[in-house]
Amino acid sequence: MISLIQIISTWTIPVLIAFIPLYASFRKIPVYESFIDGAKDGFQTAIGIIPHLVGMMTAISMFRASGAMEAFVGLLRPLLEGFGVPGEVLPLALLRPITGAGSLAFVTDLIKEHGPDSFVARIASTIQGSTDTTLYVLTVYFGAVGIRNSRYALKVGLFSDFIGFFAAVAACWLMFGLV
Amino acid sequence: MVNWIWMGMIVFSVIFGAANGKMEKVAEAAFGGAQTGVTVCLGLISILVFWMGLMRIAEDAGLIRMISRIMAPVVRRLFPDVPTDHPAMGYILSNMSANLLGLGNAATPMGIKAMQELQKLNVNPTIATPAMCTLLALNTASITLVPTTMIAIRMNFGSLHPADIVAPTLLATLVSTGVAIIVDRWYRKRNKIPPTSHTIDKTGARPPTSLYKPSAPAGGG
Repeated sequence: MISLIQIISTWTIPVLIAFIPLYASFRKIPVYESFIDGAKDGFQTAIGIIPHLVGMMTAISMFRASGAMEAFVGLLRPLLEGFGVPGEVLPLALLRPITGAGSLAFVTDLIKEHGPDSFVARIASTIQGSTDTTLYVLTVYFGAVGIRNSRYALKVGLFSDFIGFFAAVAACWLMFGLV
Repeated sequence: MVNWIWMGMIVFSVIFGAANGKMEKVAEAAFGGAQTGVTVCLGLISILVFWMGLMRIAEDAGLIRMISRIMAPVVRRLFPDVPTDHPAMGYILSNMSANLLGLGNAATPMGIKAMQELQKLNVNPTIATPAMCTLLALNTASITLVPTTMIAIRMNFGSLHPADIVAPTLLATLVSTGVAIIVDRWYRKRNKIPPTSHTIDKTGARPPTSLYKPSAPAGGG
């Protein structure tokens, strides 16, 4: 199982990178020119995202530095521990929708602290793997096309993160908790 | 809602900073965060430039169109207002496949391309269309078959069974994706107005998607 996953994760991208230009060549597409055309778009997109990301990252790091994040975690802790959620993973629930890199750093820290095969580390890994950085995805995707009114997208995203968080905890209890 | 969260975080930060005597750190964090934002974007440049270049080749070669034709029946139901043969379908499908394989870096440019294609169907370019909201919902809940990054990190720390989070991760994402689709549907039904898609004309009538012509002029706007 592990070796199969390793094969998939190491082979998928190189095979894709080789296959696409090869196939296009058979279809008589000028592959390099085509690549440059698309690549220019990519550059424009990356530059266009900067203001959005700067705005969001500024607010997040201020929130963390002021102690406000800690206060919110402290407020929620007693409530969530009743549902079988270890207190250690709580900041993850708050961090995950806002920052992928930040929450990954947090999970890595938990794995280092408790050991990779501990219950807490497994729950944290499952949460990290099964939810997404909703605010980042929303900022980047909508920012790239200039959408200002995101309608109900954020509510749906955050709600599914919320459900994903508890589903991850429940799935871990189911798989590892009763051993 | 982003407006409120963003302002709320900043206002609460200043209030808490004042209460905790951490004003200096809050000010520092503001500029540090801004710098991180730029750094992340600079890191994204290489990935976006490379993948979007490669994706253009795939598009020109007709690969995106091919994938979309094969998987269309599944996704058509999720995106009823996107014409089946529209390029957006292909990008949506590639984005979903990349998420499934845990290729986060590859999924982002494809998602952005999908959004850009969906934007072409958008009558009011500052307001998200229902299709855009559905794409976002699928991305934030993203069904994950192989949580590549987490397995790699667990391996790094000498886990005995680094891949044993695959089953709970799949289970959890199945639940969250199911919920995301249901909630998205619910909002979609509740928020019928204003029309923001080509397939909805000025009278509000919704013609069958097969009537869609790529050259049709945008209604309203």
